[in-house]
Amino acid sequence: MSSVISVRGLKKSYGSTQAVAGIDLAIAQGEIFALLGPNGAGKTTTVEILEGFRTRDSGDVSVLNTDPAIKGETGRIWRNRIGIVLQSTSDAGDLSVKETVAHFAKYYANPRDVDEVVNAVGLAEKSKELIRTLSGGQRRRLDVALGIIGSPELLFLDEPTTGFDPEARRAFWTLIKNLRDSGTTIVLTTHYLDEAEALADRVAVINRGVIVEVSTPALLGGRATSLATVSWLSENGPQSERTDNPTALIKKLTEGFKGEIPELTVKRASLEDIYLEMIGGADVHN
Amino acid sequence: MSTIKVPTNKVPSALTIGIARGGLEIKQFLRQRESVVFTLAFPIMLLGIFGSVFTNELTDGVTFSQYFVAGMIASGLVNTGFQQLAIMIPVERDFGTLKRLRGTPMPAASYFIGKVIVVFVTMIAQVFLLLLAGIAFFGVNLPTDPAKWFTFTWLILLGSAASTSLGIAFSVIPKSGRGASAVVSPVVIILQFFSGVFFVFTDLPGWMQQVAAIFPLKWMTQGMRSVFLPDSFEASEVAGSWETERTFVIILAWFIAGLVISIRTFKWDQQK
Repeated sequence: MSSVISVRGLKKSYGSTQAVAGIDLAIAQGEIFALLGPNGAGKTTTVEILEGFRTRDSGDVSVLNTDPAIKGETGRIWRNRIGIVLQSTSDAGDLSVKETVAHFAKYYANPRDVDEVVNAVGLAEKSKELIRTLSGGQRRRLDVALGIIGSPELLFLDEPTTGFDPEARRAFWTLIKNLRDSGTTIVLTTHYLDEAEALADRVAVINRGVIVEVSTPALLGGRATSLATVSWLSENGPQSERTDNPTALIKKLTEGFKGEIPELTVKRASLEDIYLEMIGGADVHN
Repeated sequence: MSTIKVPTNKVPSALTIGIARGGLEIKQFLRQRESVVFTLAFPIMLLGIFGSVFTNELTDGVTFSQYFVAGMIASGLVNTGFQQLAIMIPVERDFGTLKRLRGTPMPAASYFIGKVIVVFVTMIAQVFLLLLAGIAFFGVNLPTDPAKWFTFTWLILLGSAASTSLGIAFSVIPKSGRGASAVVSPVVIILQFFSGVFFVFTDLPGWMQQVAAIFPLKWMTQGMRSVFLPDSFEASEVAGSWETERTFVIILAWFIAGLVISIRTFKWDQQK
């Protein structure tokens, strides 16, 4: 397994505030890796160090076998291999979608086909329209188009689907999975846990500058083996019980009721429940 | 039929990208109709106003318009370069445009080259229209001596470059795009008054002349006077001369200073 990103002991402070307090990461080639964490957890700082936007105080960082602090011509060759989709970019918008994508293509050594990229992000019909006429979601897709026009080996996505309608989100997820399947490594930061669950091969939860856990969405925080909540309606009103053995509980209930158990549900912890518990838990321990 | 592209690490040169950026900047400029009209028509309007207010001749055959056109071209250099950029760049920074560019293989030099190109092209259009209107309506005479045209050419070239580099350098000062105009415009207007754009320079108080002599606009204006006024005016300059060599050296020094400051201090985002 080749590591596209490897980080050891990364630290960064702003004045007396320690934003990143010693982070280790290894992100493999061809995976979608999601970073989750509340605002101010050190997520953005970490990603911006990986993107080469910020300097670090200490630690080893390697992105595509290069230190992102690199400058000059070698820095350009490195940037040629990565794509960055930042949060909220807004332009004056006096250029058309196609003009903008075609212009950015000129920055790279191996740009993808302009029309193909415009198509891939679902903006084919808007290709000749000025950016200022686009909706928020369409602008976001243009941001993604500009992030992938250089055929990057590694793509950073920061809150990519903010402002998308549900249909556009699904289409966007498909686009990202296709990129992954063609070998692009993707680092995603998101506030949407369903997005992390739908897309990510692995997730890392960051809180207070440290990584709380790295796992797959299904196994994070012991989710697969966590207690299930069984709820039903009895003569005395709604009942609910947390158990590590829901099957046995239901068997017992079946014996008590003659026939259907009214309003029976079995609910496992959602990624969101686990996540909130994790960052809340970190709160308590600090 | 699809072509097979062999991946390469050879990123396009800074100049190639810079020229592409220049083309893009010109396209964007032309699509902002208000700023096109303002940039190109405002100097003509000013010439019209001042030409109508001061109708007396400075000497035989030399109108105030003739004197004023030199100042208008020089201050056009400052407006299209310095003022425009020092206001626009903070806006681009606020929008995240600059940060996005920072994340691509585009080098800073290409961004600067693009700005020089758009300033230079706008400047040519502005000067051309101003002179056309000056000749047609305000009795402005063009020089005939090739040496004066030579001075004119290098003044426009070096002046645009200096004004661009200083505009980029100054763009770190406004804290936000919204406030930029309020920070930049007074600097420009005061410089214009001090540098003899709106008045005959030698009529200004001595201390004003001395302050103005530090900044490039005074030298650009003086240089343009040497182009548009007859040689008989040379003796009435403060130094009794056009000081052409000194003008060249001072504008060049400002260009280099602007460039060095730009390279060292340029901010790509509003990070604290």
